[in-house]
Amino acid sequence: MLRVNRLTKTYATAAGPLTVLHESTFELAAGDSVAIIGPSGSGKTTLLGLCAGLDRATGGTVEIDGARIDSLDEDGRARVRNATVGFVFQNFQLIPTLTALENVLVPLELRGVGGAEPQARALLERVGLGARAGHYPVQLSGGEQQRVALARAFINSPKLLFCDEPTGNLDGDTSDAMVELIFGLNRERRTTLVLVTHNPELAGRCQRVLRLKNGSILSDVRNPAAS
Amino acid sequence: MNFALRFAWRDTRASRRRLALYSLSVVLGIAALVAIGSFSANVRAAIDAEAKGLLGADLDVTSPAPLGAPLLGYLQGLGGDLAREQTFSSMMTFPAVHRLRLVQVHAVEGAFPFYGTFETEPAGGMALLRAPGPVVILEPTLLAQFGVKEGDPVKLGKTVFTVVGAVKRIPGESPGVAMMAPRAYIRMDSLPGTGLAAGQALARYRAMVRLPAAHPADAVVTELKARFPLVRLNFDTVAERKRNLGQAIEHLDGFLSLVGFVALVLGGIGVASALHAYIRQKVATVAILRCLGASARQGFTVYLLQGLGIGVAGALAGGLLGVGVQLLLPAVFRGVLPIAIEFFISWPALLRGMGAGVVICLLFSVLPLLAVRRVPPLAALRSAVAEEGPAGPDPWRLAIGAGIAAAVAGFAIWQTGAVSVGLGFAGMLMLGFAVLSGLGLAVAWAARRFIPRGLPYVVRQGLANLHRPNNRTVLLLVSLGLGTFLVLTLFLVRTTLLREISGADSLGRPNLLFFDIQDDQIAGVQAAAAGAGSPVTESAPIVTMKISALRGRTVEEILHAKDNRVEDWAIRREYRSTFRGTLTDTEKVVQGVFTPRAATGTAPVPISVEESLAHDMQLHLGDEVDWDVQGLPVKTTVGSIRTVEWRRLEPNFFVVFPEGVLEAAPKTYLVALHAATPADSARVQQAVVEAYPNVTAIDLALVVETLDGIFSKVAFAIEFMALFTVATGLVVLAGAILTGRHQRIRETVLLRTLGASRRQLALIQLVEYAVLGTQGAVVGALLAVAGNALLARFVFHVAAATPPLQVGLAVVIVAFLAVATGFVAGRGVVDHPPLEILRQES
Repeated sequence: MLRVNRLTKTYATAAGPLTVLHESTFELAAGDSVAIIGPSGSGKTTLLGLCAGLDRATGGTVEIDGARIDSLDEDGRARVRNATVGFVFQNFQLIPTLTALENVLVPLELRGVGGAEPQARALLERVGLGARAGHYPVQLSGGEQQRVALARAFINSPKLLFCDEPTGNLDGDTSDAMVELIFGLNRERRTTLVLVTHNPELAGRCQRVLRLKNGSILSDVRNPAAS
Repeated sequence: MNFALRFAWRDTRASRRRLALYSLSVVLGIAALVAIGSFSANVRAAIDAEAKGLLGADLDVTSPAPLGAPLLGYLQGLGGDLAREQTFSSMMTFPAVHRLRLVQVHAVEGAFPFYGTFETEPAGGMALLRAPGPVVILEPTLLAQFGVKEGDPVKLGKTVFTVVGAVKRIPGESPGVAMMAPRAYIRMDSLPGTGLAAGQALARYRAMVRLPAAHPADAVVTELKARFPLVRLNFDTVAERKRNLGQAIEHLDGFLSLVGFVALVLGGIGVASALHAYIRQKVATVAILRCLGASARQGFTVYLLQGLGIGVAGALAGGLLGVGVQLLLPAVFRGVLPIAIEFFISWPALLRGMGAGVVICLLFSVLPLLAVRRVPPLAALRSAVAEEGPAGPDPWRLAIGAGIAAAVAGFAIWQTGAVSVGLGFAGMLMLGFAVLSGLGLAVAWAARRFIPRGLPYVVRQGLANLHRPNNRTVLLLVSLGLGTFLVLTLFLVRTTLLREISGADSLGRPNLLFFDIQDDQIAGVQAAAAGAGSPVTESAPIVTMKISALRGRTVEEILHAKDNRVEDWAIRREYRSTFRGTLTDTEKVVQGVFTPRAATGTAPVPISVEESLAHDMQLHLGDEVDWDVQGLPVKTTVGSIRTVEWRRLEPNFFVVFPEGVLEAAPKTYLVALHAATPADSARVQQAVVEAYPNVTAIDLALVVETLDGIFSKVAFAIEFMALFTVATGLVVLAGAILTGRHQRIRETVLLRTLGASRRQLALIQLVEYAVLGTQGAVVGALLAVAGNALLARFVFHVAAATPPLQVGLAVVIVAFLAVATGFVAGRGVVDHPPLEILRQES
């Protein structure tokens, strides 16, 4: 589902070129879940951004569902994201001027798909926010906003779900509930999950754990405990 | 598109009021364009509807000399109707108040006007003049000024007339004419009794003709020119009058539209600036959309639609306001337009104004919106990415900049109908913006570098706001500066011109002229003036003459010559020349030598010719000019060419003869004197005109008052339009402050949290707005002073007047307006408890 080969990202800085990701290579099959862990500045978010087609690599290739995205232009990558990818961000990233329901609908509306409201409502029901569909982000708590973001991530039935510190801004109980939802939906919909986290407990729920340090993959460990 | 439209609408939920305020920036500019355009259409329609009433006749023939029996006979023989009029200036006495006033006498005969109505109060028009005895219809201003009413006596020359009514409107004459000298209509048959029938220096003789269908006006004009080539005639036909008036209206429309357009462009800049700040707040939303799969085009379209919405909303509101302003314009132009205007909305003008507004708004919106295309989806993960900005120059930015320049130039060319004028306007406008923007940047830079550390905290904080991120220094200087510049320049030009004319009083220069003094009256007039306490300081004999030949060719030969480059007016006119042995201090010889006296029998006589006349007649030193001095031929040669300061109210002449040649010719006199006070002026006028009723006086105070009246009317119309620019500047300022309010609110709240008092916060605001307002006003005022100096030097050729008190007052008013607007727009920030604002903003 996701094939990453010798992926490299270098920034030009005043002090000279700075490589933040160095020739990373790994593969994920459909339905796999992987946690990317490592200290701050190790290149986790850079790797996630490149895998999701949010940025362009300096070297190497990324394939999603058999299609190279590194050679696409920005609009081409946007089409791939819209069709294949879902996102959950640490800071929720809901559009403040839209209601919960409208936020969930955006990926389909972008594609010109109409009549998806029942589907969006069902997803909101699924994350426990059926009664809050008409509320704006500012009227929701952090945990509720993250659940709306999760519903939005699943509205286009993504093959790949990218989560960047999905519980980073949530308290313990809310965080646990969120984790259950992510993995529950992941199982139900056979989505491949790529998760960036500092949380070892959360990482432990994934089938594989990639450990990054200074922009390189230090280890790629299978977790037999995870189903 | 469907998504973009839906999302664009939803995305405005939290900011509709703010976006409406942005659109307000262009409302006034659009309103100005719509009002002027639609009003011009009203005027044009009125011109079409009243075409014949504009002239009152089919053909109007005027001449500075009596028209003569052959010409009148020819006109009568055409089989239509003929009316005659003799017009001249004379002094009218108002016995009840013992006052005098220069009036324009119209002695009329016949059934004029043939088309349209001579409106009078009471109604009756020409029929009022058929009352028995000498009667007069007067300008309403005279009635008001001297408290005269129907039935009261006034004296003209030797005759006492009875006032029978007031002139309201007469076909063929603009109300503006009456501003030069109030009109007095009398019957032609009462003219001889006044003693003013002949010998008037500035008389005009006019024949108004209603032509039968067989004789079209243009054919009659051609025939008259052929039959009477040597008579200096001016013709006016309905078509000509319509064309001239149409052109004048077009010029006024074009000029005022450009003034309104400045407001629109300024509003466009306001929209661009506001959207720039708005888009910065939308970066996160755009990045999320990009993450969710929106293309760059989709993201851009969303905000372009919002920009379009701002333009359309502004255009709708501007159109509505424009129609409202259009209702006011007849009052603004009252006394300038010669016809009654009927109100209707001109849909083409409305659509044109609104269309121009939408286009300008859209073009200016696109500039800040281009950034949306370059918001990377990665900004959703890392906000710092958005701050890094796009790499490399954006060719679209250059293209849009060029599009704006082309639109501004295109509009100016369209309005003025002249490529050079349009390009000049666009160039000046862009230069003005560039200068003001450059100054704004310099001020921000200076604020960063030179704020003294020893200043109180609130002052330093207020000054620091001038250079901090997202400051509004440049925008404010452009908007306030441009508004101040426009309005103050108009005011200063007016002051300069009026001061130049009225400056005579303070220098003891002549301020009262008497003319039409006969040869045998000059000694008496001098004695009367001296007796009244204001002796004559200058006196000039005037001898009327015509040119008979130039460089050996007769006038007729020259007029018929194919290679003729001599101006007709110069060769056919009747000259009123003088003779004297010295130059006056308004004259300077620029070529040749002035000859003070010619020995008896000198031929040819060396004369001095004024520079512009020499140019129009292609005259050079040594050229021969033959004159017909009332039947006597005099051969002359151009001995010198001199410049004349015509603006001075002194006896000035085109041609000056040396002494010793014209002394024996029939002549009249013109004298000048200085009356120290208005009372002295009135006394000497009374003394001279009572003794010699044919003598006419021109009082400088009256000239200044008249010019001031004309300036006031024209300037008011221009200032009215310029006010739209000032108001737009204030709206842009309010918009900028409201935008800044969102950016500064957290810092204000933080200061509140850290213990800042309301007074301190208010003082910080006061310092910031006062400095910005003062700078905008000072820069605008400096530009106005420079503009006035340039206009005075290169256009009007006078010394520029820069009244420091008025300029200072303008600066204070604009600065005050800026501070007041700042406080109104920024209110609420310091009034709220920190927690409440933090909740609102979170």
